[in-house]
Amino acid sequence: MRILTGNDLKSGAVIWWTGRDWSIHIEDAVDVGDHGEAILTAEDGARRVNGGYIVDAEASPEGPRPAHIKDRIRALGPTVRADLTLKPADPTAGDWVI
Amino acid sequence: MYQYDKYDQGMVDARVEEFRDQVRRRIAGDINDDQFKPLRLKNGLYLQLHAYMLRVAIPYGTFNSQQMRKLADIARKYDRGYGHFTTRQNIQYNWIKLEEAPDILAELASVEMHAIQTSGESIRNISADQYAGAAADEICDARPWAELIRQATTFHPEFSYLPRKFKIAVISAQEDRAALRWHDCALRIVHNDKGEEGFEVYAGGGMGRTPFIAYKIRDFLPATQIFSYLQAILRVWNLHARRDNIHKQRMKILVHELGEEEFRRQVEEEFQTFLALGTDFPHAEYDRIAAYFTPPPFETGLAEEIDRSDPDFALWVDRQVVAHKAPGYAIANISLKPAGGIPGDISAEQMDIVADLAERFSFDEIRATHAQNLVLPHVRKADLYALWQALDAAGLASVNLDLVTDIIACPGLDYCSLANARSIPVAQKIAERFADMDRQLDIGELKIKISGCINACGHHHAGQIGILGVDRKGTENYQLLLGGSGAEDTSQAKITGPGFDEAGVVDAVERAVERYRALREPGERFLDTYRRVGLEPFKEAIYG
Repeated sequence: MRILTGNDLKSGAVIWWTGRDWSIHIEDAVDVGDHGEAILTAEDGARRVNGGYIVDAEASPEGPRPAHIKDRIRALGPTVRADLTLKPADPTAGDWVI
Repeated sequence: MYQYDKYDQGMVDARVEEFRDQVRRRIAGDINDDQFKPLRLKNGLYLQLHAYMLRVAIPYGTFNSQQMRKLADIARKYDRGYGHFTTRQNIQYNWIKLEEAPDILAELASVEMHAIQTSGESIRNISADQYAGAAADEICDARPWAELIRQATTFHPEFSYLPRKFKIAVISAQEDRAALRWHDCALRIVHNDKGEEGFEVYAGGGMGRTPFIAYKIRDFLPATQIFSYLQAILRVWNLHARRDNIHKQRMKILVHELGEEEFRRQVEEEFQTFLALGTDFPHAEYDRIAAYFTPPPFETGLAEEIDRSDPDFALWVDRQVVAHKAPGYAIANISLKPAGGIPGDISAEQMDIVADLAERFSFDEIRATHAQNLVLPHVRKADLYALWQALDAAGLASVNLDLVTDIIACPGLDYCSLANARSIPVAQKIAERFADMDRQLDIGELKIKISGCINACGHHHAGQIGILGVDRKGTENYQLLLGGSGAEDTSQAKITGPGFDEAGVVDAVERAVERYRALREPGERFLDTYRRVGLEPFKEAIYG
């Protein structure tokens, strides 16, 4: 599957395209098929995303898992500070990244 | 230390308001990201993996308690309670919001700090010996010259749109604690036969994807001609830089393509032009700036003895404390490399404690080092025990200066959008592997430097053991290098062979270290043994 990501213009937070809006949770990301570039152009123009790009990902019951480790780190947070990730209470969350 | 006058303050305040307007226009959509990016970079604001990152300048690594407390406040108020000291003696925050960045810059300006020229194609923060003004082995304090150059070059129109970034370092001791020859331009203050002050000048160094060690292009430049000479260097580069190719724009490429002699010839030719123009400073301007760096009022008649009855304290003194120029005083190094910690990271609470200790014990002065540690430069020997106790209580009394666990590591793929692999976990695992203090001390000086990509922010080219993270078909892979140095015996590390995964590179480091222990002769550091026996015995150990 192909999903969209970028950073929120004002906060810089990592965000994922949900089909209607942007979410900080990759679990909300949807497959955009071949429409990624068109969506990014529109969203960039509306200043709802900064530096957006298309990510190859694998579908799983827990949600999309990006093919590249960089995007998995972006999705969760730094592997060296579990307390700063989106799942600070889950000690196994980092396994998803590696 | 230097204090802003009304002109400095006016310029920095105006810059904050200018950036505030630029941010407002970006958020309003009046300018797009292509237009905004160079503007934010000129103010030290990057867009990194998780958020915006703000890099704050600490000129030549010198700052005071008030500034450290402000850095702590910013960490708490605008970031996530910590900061990260960098290999350019700066500090950076990883979780900044664009809409709050102008307020942060305003807060920094209130304590005479800024983020100008910590990014972009400009002259970056000028680095210096972290012991400047305190070192027993220096001939003078290098910081007034660094400050003079900073003032002369900041906002200078010819240096505002350089082909690429440009890094300058200044030292005045034989021992090089600033990685001098890895800079685009490096200055070592010396005295000639007549006792006159001047500079040895080096040019063309740099790390990154194409590492070069700087050539010495001048044995002695009269100190008062430094601005003419610097302008000449930058003019030659500006004229001939490969602006057509981003990978060939750094001055090191030009210097090494032209060759040492031709580059020197062209610089000397331009130098004569600048000398004739009379753009150098009158010595009175140096004197004005140097007055800010008058040594603190050191007490006299102090005891030299240190009570070493506490063995843990004695261990810390032996490793972390170095000689000071004033009798009865010492330089105390504060490690930011606790076991299992993140190299260079410091919490806001620890920043406040260091600020308090600097105020109490070190004439209000703090230094940041390029090795991502801190220094209290002027501590009475009689106060060392109380200082150590306070540092120990704050988790800041690790003993590892220049040892195997004193690892330089860039933020790597955990934070950096340019990185290909994570650096910090590798540093942590090596530190855990060598945690035993007796083993560390037995190994002795061993500088490990880790970069998460070829941009080499972790100085892997200068590592006695260097590690470079690369992307191999979507997975992290680590190349091992041996034999580098950023000290006065500068050398470039060599790749040993095929790369490793994360666990494999830690094992490989250990095998290299154990081969050193087996081969070393009395008194030899890792680097000495490597240079004596060469790469092959280490390759045998690493690859079996």
